[in-house]
Amino acid sequence: MDFALLRDAFWSLTFDGIALGAIYGLIALGYTLVYGVLRLINFAHSEVFMIGTFASLVATTTVMGFSVENDPLTGGSMILTMVVSLIIAMIASGLTAVLVELVAYRRLRNRGATKLATLISAIGVSITLVELFNLLTDALPREYPRVMEKSFLFSFWGADVRNDKVIIIIAAGLMMIILDTFINRTRFGKGIRAVSMDEGTAALMGVNINRIITLTFLMGGLMAGAAGYFYMLTYENTSFKVGFVLGLSAFTAAVLGGIGNIRGALLGAFALGLIENYSGALFGVAWKSVITFTLLVLVLLFKPTGILGESIQQARV
Amino acid sequence: MKILGLRESFARWWIRQNRVSKTIFQTLLILVTFALPFLENPVLDTPGSSYQAVLFYPISVFVLLSIGLNIVVGKSGLLDLGYVAFFAIGAYTMAILGTETNLNFYLILILGMAFAMISGVILGAPTLRLRGDYLAIVTLGFGEIVRIVAVNIDAIGGPRGIAGIPTPPPLFGNEFSIIDPKPYYWVLCVLILIAILAVRRWAVRRPGRAWDAIRQDDDVAQLMGVNTFKYKIWAFVLGAAVAGAGGVIYASQVLSIAPEQFSYNVSILVLACVVFGGIGNLWGVILGGFLLAYIPERIRFLSEYRVLVFGLTLVIMMNLRPDGLVPRKKWEKDLLLAEKEKGQR
Repeated sequence: MDFALLRDAFWSLTFDGIALGAIYGLIALGYTLVYGVLRLINFAHSEVFMIGTFASLVATTTVMGFSVENDPLTGGSMILTMVVSLIIAMIASGLTAVLVELVAYRRLRNRGATKLATLISAIGVSITLVELFNLLTDALPREYPRVMEKSFLFSFWGADVRNDKVIIIIAAGLMMIILDTFINRTRFGKGIRAVSMDEGTAALMGVNINRIITLTFLMGGLMAGAAGYFYMLTYENTSFKVGFVLGLSAFTAAVLGGIGNIRGALLGAFALGLIENYSGALFGVAWKSVITFTLLVLVLLFKPTGILGESIQQARV
Repeated sequence: MKILGLRESFARWWIRQNRVSKTIFQTLLILVTFALPFLENPVLDTPGSSYQAVLFYPISVFVLLSIGLNIVVGKSGLLDLGYVAFFAIGAYTMAILGTETNLNFYLILILGMAFAMISGVILGAPTLRLRGDYLAIVTLGFGEIVRIVAVNIDAIGGPRGIAGIPTPPPLFGNEFSIIDPKPYYWVLCVLILIAILAVRRWAVRRPGRAWDAIRQDDDVAQLMGVNTFKYKIWAFVLGAAVAGAGGVIYASQVLSIAPEQFSYNVSILVLACVVFGGIGNLWGVILGGFLLAYIPERIRFLSEYRVLVFGLTLVIMMNLRPDGLVPRKKWEKDLLLAEKEKGQR
């Protein structure tokens, strides 16, 4: 129990926790969207994120021709590189997610297979993707070049606030708002909400179920791709295993907030980012996940459907 | 898609047999199973790894674990993603008691099962009120916690684990040693046999019916007077006991264990065995455990591509046969379908 560390570093822990929570949140959205519509955990989603990290690496190094040796960029070329990398990562992850749906879900869904069968086929896709990148990268971690010079923007009650984290928090926040608006305001969003309420009735009302489900996976994938890029921006390296750790945390976040509930997932993600940082300081980093899971169990005991309650609209059928 | 209606024709043939020929058939099957280590041949052989060692681990260990997990996931419909925790607890019991004390192996076996059962209660009591996916994430977390605790406590070896675990005393003149996995295989076969008998007994009696009811509809089962919580705990605890026993024997064979052997992947693999073989069907599960443990070893000649091929196999098989190789009995599937239609109306 290291209270002194927690007290001294409280604000920088808080700040880092929010930045971490933003990345978790973007991944958690994918879990929660798919769960809201299909009532299924998308076990391959962590690999969608993993592909996002690799896609941003490829985008920056190959497409933009920026390598580890180069000095950080400034001005317009920096922004261009960052935006192009972000967009390529999002597209790559989005397409992967759509592919996952086609391969692992669609056929099984149309045959009325059990939840568990779908789970296993998603796990199969996950294993395949992890192994594919294991082979492609020779199981070695890959370093991401520093496109943007990292500097401290300002000091906040003793916490030095770094520019990359500010960018992450702002950009992730923006994306979350866009997604929330998309779900709540647009026609497609209405379709997603309808399918999550009642698939059969939605189909009778003329909603193209397959298209909506593909769209849901696409949205989740886009968010995971953005998370992949932001992850690379701060942590600057990736490996084929990166999906497991981040995916597990993000999934925990989604459950913590109430899975199937978009705002719940975000709340859960920020809460989890903070909890992980605080408990890491308090008990040592090694015990971080033990604390996280214990807390999750406690929350679920008293509020069995997560903090904000499950599902976009109503309880599970 | 049916695999040539093999299952139906076998079931029809089986029903027509009288008691004597059934007994003969069963005895033959058991004998063949026990004789498997001697039946080393080019078809069954596993190039790249010792055939006899593979028979013990992963094959028979995974068959045992699949039978245990099937009680939890298949019979009572509780999704457990942290099953490896109980396996780890059994293995660590063997490692700690075996190196620190000189208790008899069979006593440790019972103790290992007991500890796994106790941890099953500890995990189950607060969490079994949760449903479906929440239970999945909590059990997943439990599996990770057990592993992380093992990594972080130096008294039990930390990340290096425990080495020098003693072998069991000789049994009927069979020396247990690392070079000869046959006796271990036979001990596991006996355990698997006991597990099969026990599960088959439970399945037709009160617990089995209670589990069926809970799986089909928790609320209705409770309304009908089934003490659902009690039977869920029992499913959990019995599944844990099977995994604990597997863990003890596993530890006594490999002689040194480390937390990394008990990662989340093992839980997923066992779950894959259960679903792949045919969830809820004992023979399907055994077949699934056998195949999913055997295939990666058999295709070891693909060396680095084997896990990739394994993943693809899972996807393709689930797409072709979503109910597993040997599905649950048919009437239940019909019931599920009817249920689904009702839900959609």
